[in-house]
Amino acid sequence: MKKIEISINGNKIEVPSNYTILEAARENGYRIPTLCHDDRLKPSGACRMCVVEVEGARSLVTSCSTPVRAGMVVKTNSDRVVNSRKTTLELLWADHNYDCLTCNKAGNCDLQDLCYEHDIDPLDGPYIKYSSNHVDKTNEFYIFDEDKCILCGKCVRACSELEGVGAITFSGRGHHTHISHPFEKEMLLSDCVSCGTCVSVCPTGALMEKTNAKFRNWDIDKKVKTTCTYCGVGCQLELVVHDNKVVRIDAPADSINKGITCVKGKFGYKFIDRDDRLKMPLIRKKGKLVESSWDEAYDLIASKMTSTLENYGPDSFAALSSARCTNEENYILQKLFRGVIKTNNVDHCARL
Amino acid sequence: MTNSIGEIENTDALFVIGTNTTENHPVIGTFMKKAVRNGAKLVVADPREIELANYADVYLQINPGSNVALLNAMMNVIISEDLYAKEYIESRTVNFEDMKKTILEFSVEEGARICGVDAEDIRKAARIYAEADKAGIYYAMGITQQSDGTNHVKSIANLGMLCGNVGIESGGINPLRGQNNVQGACDLGALPNVYPGYQKVTNADMKAKFEKAWNVEGLSDKVGLTIPKIMDGGISGDVKFLYIMGENPMVSDPDLNHIEKAFDNFDFIVVQDIFLSETAEKADVVLPAACFAEKEGTFTNTERRIQRVRKAVNAPGEAKADWVIINDIMKKMGYENNFNSANDIMEEIAMVTPQYGGITYDRIEKVGLQWPCPTKDHPGTKYLHKGEFAIGKGKFTAVEYKEPAEVVDPEYNLVLTTGRVLYHYHTGTMTRKVEGLNNMVSKSYIEISPLTAKGLKLEDDELVAISSRRGKIEVNIKITKRIKDHVVFMPFHFAEAAANRLTNAALDPITDIPEYKVCAVKIEKL
Amino acid sequence: MSLVRSHVLICGGTGCTSSGSISIHEKFEECIKKFGLDKEVKVVKTGCFGLCEAGPIVVVYPEGAFYSHVKVEDIERITEEHLYKGRIVKDLLFKQALEGDVIKSVNEVQFYKKQKRVVLKNCGVINPEVIEEYIAFDGYKALGKVVTEMTQQEVVDEIKKSGLRGRGGGGFPTGLKWQFTLDAIGKEKYVACNADEGDPGAFMDRSVLEGDPHSVIEAMAIAGYAIGASKGFIYIRAEYPIAVERLEIALAQAKELGVIGDNIFSTDFSFDLEIRLGAGAFVCGEETALIESIEGRRGMPRPRPPFPANKGIFQMPTLLNNVETYANITQIILNGAEWFRSIGTEKSPGTKVFALGGKINNTGLVEIPMGMTLREVIYDIGGGIPNGKAFKAVQTGGPSGGCLTYKHLDEQITYDNLVRLGSMMGSGGMIVLDEDNCMVDVARFFLDFTVDESCGKCTPCREGTKRMLELLNKICDGKGEIEDIARLENLAVNIKDSSLCGLGQTAPNPVLSTIKNFRHEYISHIEDKKCEAGVCKALLKVTITDKCIGCTACTKVCPVDCISGSRKEMHVIDQNLCIKCGACIEKCPVNAIILK
Repeated sequence: MKKIEISINGNKIEVPSNYTILEAARENGYRIPTLCHDDRLKPSGACRMCVVEVEGARSLVTSCSTPVRAGMVVKTNSDRVVNSRKTTLELLWADHNYDCLTCNKAGNCDLQDLCYEHDIDPLDGPYIKYSSNHVDKTNEFYIFDEDKCILCGKCVRACSELEGVGAITFSGRGHHTHISHPFEKEMLLSDCVSCGTCVSVCPTGALMEKTNAKFRNWDIDKKVKTTCTYCGVGCQLELVVHDNKVVRIDAPADSINKGITCVKGKFGYKFIDRDDRLKMPLIRKKGKLVESSWDEAYDLIASKMTSTLENYGPDSFAALSSARCTNEENYILQKLFRGVIKTNNVDHCARL
Repeated sequence: MTNSIGEIENTDALFVIGTNTTENHPVIGTFMKKAVRNGAKLVVADPREIELANYADVYLQINPGSNVALLNAMMNVIISEDLYAKEYIESRTVNFEDMKKTILEFSVEEGARICGVDAEDIRKAARIYAEADKAGIYYAMGITQQSDGTNHVKSIANLGMLCGNVGIESGGINPLRGQNNVQGACDLGALPNVYPGYQKVTNADMKAKFEKAWNVEGLSDKVGLTIPKIMDGGISGDVKFLYIMGENPMVSDPDLNHIEKAFDNFDFIVVQDIFLSETAEKADVVLPAACFAEKEGTFTNTERRIQRVRKAVNAPGEAKADWVIINDIMKKMGYENNFNSANDIMEEIAMVTPQYGGITYDRIEKVGLQWPCPTKDHPGTKYLHKGEFAIGKGKFTAVEYKEPAEVVDPEYNLVLTTGRVLYHYHTGTMTRKVEGLNNMVSKSYIEISPLTAKGLKLEDDELVAISSRRGKIEVNIKITKRIKDHVVFMPFHFAEAAANRLTNAALDPITDIPEYKVCAVKIEKL
Repeated sequence: MSLVRSHVLICGGTGCTSSGSISIHEKFEECIKKFGLDKEVKVVKTGCFGLCEAGPIVVVYPEGAFYSHVKVEDIERITEEHLYKGRIVKDLLFKQALEGDVIKSVNEVQFYKKQKRVVLKNCGVINPEVIEEYIAFDGYKALGKVVTEMTQQEVVDEIKKSGLRGRGGGGFPTGLKWQFTLDAIGKEKYVACNADEGDPGAFMDRSVLEGDPHSVIEAMAIAGYAIGASKGFIYIRAEYPIAVERLEIALAQAKELGVIGDNIFSTDFSFDLEIRLGAGAFVCGEETALIESIEGRRGMPRPRPPFPANKGIFQMPTLLNNVETYANITQIILNGAEWFRSIGTEKSPGTKVFALGGKINNTGLVEIPMGMTLREVIYDIGGGIPNGKAFKAVQTGGPSGGCLTYKHLDEQITYDNLVRLGSMMGSGGMIVLDEDNCMVDVARFFLDFTVDESCGKCTPCREGTKRMLELLNKICDGKGEIEDIARLENLAVNIKDSSLCGLGQTAPNPVLSTIKNFRHEYISHIEDKKCEAGVCKALLKVTITDKCIGCTACTKVCPVDCISGSRKEMHVIDQNLCIKCGACIEKCPVNAIILK
């Protein structure tokens, strides 16, 4: 792509000519805050957080949607820009519910971070507080809390542009605009497939996973990137770990699945720490499976293997490997049976 | 898949057959829908009016088991209307004339009759596929789980080559693999006839190669048993010792009554799993395994991409990673692997598996690589058969339509087909233990068309008995216009009303894949 | 074709239709038959005459006799006296059409005399439901000329030369827009007409479509030829049923005659038109929201760029102009750019139609050459302020326009002047306000509309206008603080600067311009708690004047018993208890109680 020169905050930079101002700024280390932007979605220009001053333009322009032009002179932090951003934040904040103390999103909330960064005072301003008190809890995996919604529209666009479902929409006009589902039905009755992409993109606590896990976002121990354990697509997931528990699954955007998940990948992790997981080897004694030590189990298996081998030969063995286990595990299992037992009776449920 | 997931959005036409993609591979389903939004044409063939059918330019509600009839009819249109890729066929394939003869003997109308669809729709579908610059075929178990599944797949290959769609970007023949690592399990030798890397056990060179690599002698050069044959071996007493790592055949396998009998007959059964599954309950020894979040390793996805699995949390109690358990047992049996980590195993895999030759954990730290990746500097392979087929020339194989192994008769007058639902995975070992998922779909059901239900005087949600020649279960019906008349559908996730008590274990002669997608059943009012 | 001696033109516009012109039409037909005149007199249902205040309007030619406020009962007299006996019925004429004993024809009436009719040329003249009448007035001649004699670039050049600017309010040079769309590359291109006229006070687009629908259809075909489009969309609100119906009839006739369709005038040029109905959202007049709506989505604006000229309907290059803009096109093609430039001013050539309303004698549609002063429009054409009240302000441009004062009366009406003065051309609405209008309340009134009509997409417009309205309500309720003015100004400036589309960018105008021109009214509301115009109820007191005769009627109706006083003595209201319900004012037999 051809490169062109533009100026940001007085510094000349070269960027590809198909960039937006936001892309150009970010790549060159100029931070521009956003709320409704997502690289995977078409620019919407809804939140107006990313406005910048462009010389010659009548009003401020949104950097997320405006392409660069050769010779463009951009200011990302002039008083005019900062004042506009602060006003926008004040307006959003004035219409937001203030329960940050108890909100699960605290510490992971774009609105909270930006209000903090811009010194927005929640008690400033003479405005009336509106509350819809509308919380849609019908989905099994997440809730929608209208009073925390800033109408950035990311969920609407993600559901339609990324997921191709279109279960979420805007409804109403003006200040009555709200996120809804077709025909104002509840989430459960819509075409929603509970993929959770809307939850992943929501910048506030409006769409949040239903969870019993008690953790604060700043207490997260680590995020571990891994591959989903369900179907063969191989979606990349980030397991969010707190206190040796997977408490949430995020979907990194820079992966083959482009940050999209299905319901199983995003929410199907709660089997991991269930109490009925197998924790000890079990050996059948008098018809019943009873707990034993690893040594006892290994000894039993080895002796049974040896005797079977002696009495019936290698082909009296069969092993079912698993399409759910790792490559390494499949490899080592067939190695055990081929290399040690000397049988090719190894198969797995590829056919099923 | 010959091609990559990322190529789907940019294709010009998609032919989706025998895959309910939006439920079984939901994320690929979203990319397919995106392709359609980007302007691609979509042809869907499935006995059920699946979600993708809503987006299709042509939707063909074919009878279960009639894929070959449809494919042959489409090829008839393409050949008769001169829409095929002559140059491609000339330079890259062999045996075209043979196939052409078979195809032209099979009329479109005959195909339409067998499939139960309109001949004109078949023509439209054929034209869409043939006229697109880049068209991909996407299929899953609806193609393979047939008693002559190998033929269904060959037929797909014929169609792909006929239009020059194999070996190009955004085209290809793309089986969507059902399980997270079914590709890797196949790649790494969890099959009775091949060592890792599809190296044949019957090949003396391969035998020698592995004897050397593993430092052993006397590897078997006899092709081993497939699962259905293993089960037969259990019943006959030939197989005594069954070792199961992370599978649940007591729910997933066909003709469960038969499986149950086999399990009662094995001498000794070891099961490694994360839960006490229906299968583990039958075992003599059950070993607690770590789940995917508790261990290191790799999975290979449906587009042949080897990606990392990483440990996030500790396994519960004394549970161990499956590879650690096997490694311990090998040690007990007097074989020392010197594997101290999953990475050590991958190093050995790379040494003996040509396709994985270039794979190291370092290289796939951020983004996985797609095999074939034979050397450490190979970038991986985005799509296969570029310029030339792996085997040299692509071979057309004339395939004739064959009836399913079991067809309806006056007694068993309905066709049962099986599959998955969005909210569950396989035998439900994991998903049925996630409250939200289980609440979404908590019990089994049979989908039945309004007309069929009316004929049987059934009401929606009524409990009925459904039986085949092999078994009988009770389950509630769900009346839906989305299924073809006289066809019923059941998900197979539910042990308490297991569809596989009904399914037919008629096997494809080459792959031993059971015919899950077609069997004859009857429904009785209770 | 048979010749008739008289034409009776009956206004069939929305205004006159709603005051009964359909039954007047029927009655005329009946009477004419009765008097055996059906071979000599022809009754024509036309589009709007513009002077809606005088409706239903009937004009009889050749005399040009201008009957106003016509009632069904009058028809028999007009038929017998005027049509049968040849005597104009003076007492039924529009009163300004009669000067002493002299009868003025419709064109001599003050209201029409100063107007220049280009866009409304055929309105009130032809029957819009008969394509032949349009053709008789040079209809489809311009299209014929364009497709047979001109290249695409020549057409665009002619429009560019004319200096025509978008009549939708923004005033963007039309020719340039055509050029951009001609230059844009796309698999397909579209021509679209914005007939969504969202300002409740403006109706010139409706009138054009009701009175002369072919002028728009023809112009769109010309535009289609010029930019290389073969398909057009007219986006019209469903609340304009008569316009929709006439448009449908016109389109069907045009297709029937082959002036719309394949191979127009036997050339390679083909053009098809489709009507899309809008559900009546103000924001759908914004071009990108309109495009979204045409595509079948919720009407919410898209960010620009890309502009519709490059990526419009279905992401294809799209030329979008409004009705009034299109209505100029055929005239420009037929009479030439020079002729067009001879009307109006250098930078704002041509005419502009205004919807005159509010406190003015002649409410209705007026088309004036640009450059005329506000005073001429309000006093000469509009006939001044009724009831001898004093002029206070004129609000131009629709709900997001600004309020101008007497200081501006001698300013010329051009795009740039109005913007310079803090208002705009906008929708072409022109609302005159007199001394009885409170400017804070006026600002609140307009803002209330934009708050409701904001699409809700972008933060400043959705949240900001609502907060501004809250502040205005607070001031009107007598609870305002002096800081509220600065708060309003800060919000207004930021909303204008950062909103996504024109709706938000202009919504604060009424507030800003009233603060600028009538700041004292804000201050007196806040500091003195007074509304001089007597509009803001919360600031008013109900007082009993010395006209009181002490009848006690008021004490009996007062629901809160706050009036005291004995019979035949002047009564007193306890202001602390009074709820200003007005019951006493209504009851008082001598109008002694006032709200001030």
